[in-house]
Amino acid sequence: MRSIAIGESTFSCQPGESVLETLLRENIQVPNGCRQGLCQACLMRSLDNSPPVSAQAGLKDTLQKQNYFLACVCHPEQDMTVALPNHQGPLIDAAVIKKQLLTPDIVQLVLEYQKPFTFFAGQFVNLKRPDGLTRSYSIANIPTDENILEFHIRRLPNGQFSSWIYDELEVGAQLALSEAQGSCHYLPGRAEQPLMLIGTGSGLAPLYGIIADALAQEHSGPIHLFHGSRDLNGLYFIDEMRELAGKFDNFHYTPCLSGEDTDSDIAQGRAHDVALSSTDTLSGWRVFLCGHPEMINHTKKMAFLKGASMSDIYTDAFHVAQVEK
Amino acid sequence: MSDTQETGQTLYERIGGEAAVNAAVDIFYRKVLADYRINRFFDNTDMDQQIAKQKAFFTMAFGGPNNYTGQDMRNAHARLVKMGLNSSHFDAVMEHLGATLNELNVPQELIAEAAAIAESTRNDVLGK
Repeated sequence: MRSIAIGESTFSCQPGESVLETLLRENIQVPNGCRQGLCQACLMRSLDNSPPVSAQAGLKDTLQKQNYFLACVCHPEQDMTVALPNHQGPLIDAAVIKKQLLTPDIVQLVLEYQKPFTFFAGQFVNLKRPDGLTRSYSIANIPTDENILEFHIRRLPNGQFSSWIYDELEVGAQLALSEAQGSCHYLPGRAEQPLMLIGTGSGLAPLYGIIADALAQEHSGPIHLFHGSRDLNGLYFIDEMRELAGKFDNFHYTPCLSGEDTDSDIAQGRAHDVALSSTDTLSGWRVFLCGHPEMINHTKKMAFLKGASMSDIYTDAFHVAQVEK
Repeated sequence: MSDTQETGQTLYERIGGEAAVNAAVDIFYRKVLADYRINRFFDNTDMDQQIAKQKAFFTMAFGGPNNYTGQDMRNAHARLVKMGLNSSHFDAVMEHLGATLNELNVPQELIAEAAAIAESTRNDVLGK
């Protein structure tokens, strides 16, 4: 008989029982629907061993890689420690080792972490300052042996956390960070697949990490990045991106401006419009969308209608925390 | 609505099982999203969740394994009935179901069987 650990409790999975049935029998609240591995309402994550492959059918590949599974069709092959998707693990400490303005509105923040920490470029973490205020930011770099995390943080009007980073946070200060979360990242395999990446503002951060990851893993298909902003202050890393495009033949970079500013080297229009009109079909493409939530919702639908398979569309929407008072 | 045939191969198996469902879902959902008569019912939904639900729908229409009861269908569509979901919208979805299976070269008699199963949910879906 296998045991299922969740939170502080451990239960026995009776012969023939699914993880969902065990947990419901023990009065653990787990959302569920079809109970046939289809509706994905009972999505959970294994925190130790890989779940049975059959319990991962139909899940996005990035979720499979992170040991997510469907509890209703999971018959454990070994003992499992499981958690619901919104589960928060222990925080780890990190120190600020660099803080630099990229534009008047966007700051680059680099943290060094001490403990073992695993992540994929493009995932996000929650940063927590000493008084408890917490915000999510996307990781812009790939894992290296230097144990660092890079973030690009846009200063929001009345943004409590981003203003604090701008005005008060100093090199050497300590922050707490959550484990890495999110399913918007690169996975190897299908190296010849064309990639389209569309980001607005600091939505470039996860895309920058995803591109570095894809290139490091020798992605051979074309990689098209469209980075957009209303004005020039929102565009950054233009030189770095052009340099990268010079270095890798399969990487193509199109900065876009949708506002009044013009520049002969920069495409005029919103990044997703420019991107979607650049190709007749997205059938067979892998698509990454990061930044403004409305841009993402709209572009996700358009990319799907243009032929991209839903399982090939990865998104990271930057929701703005509600301002108090 | 949850019983499958007991004798021989089920419609689900004859139609191609999970692979057929996966092929059908993307084609069907594109048709639905592009149809001005019904796409408002699909706005403000998470598209990944919606795809998962479409898979459940196709599995059911193919007579495959599912645990949906009539009451589940009522609960799931109650919000849409409030928005004005009626028989003409159900007809539009039936149209796209048939066109999708045609596009996948599913034999006519199997399409008719799948359509009959989907049709049997009409009253529950519309809350009648």
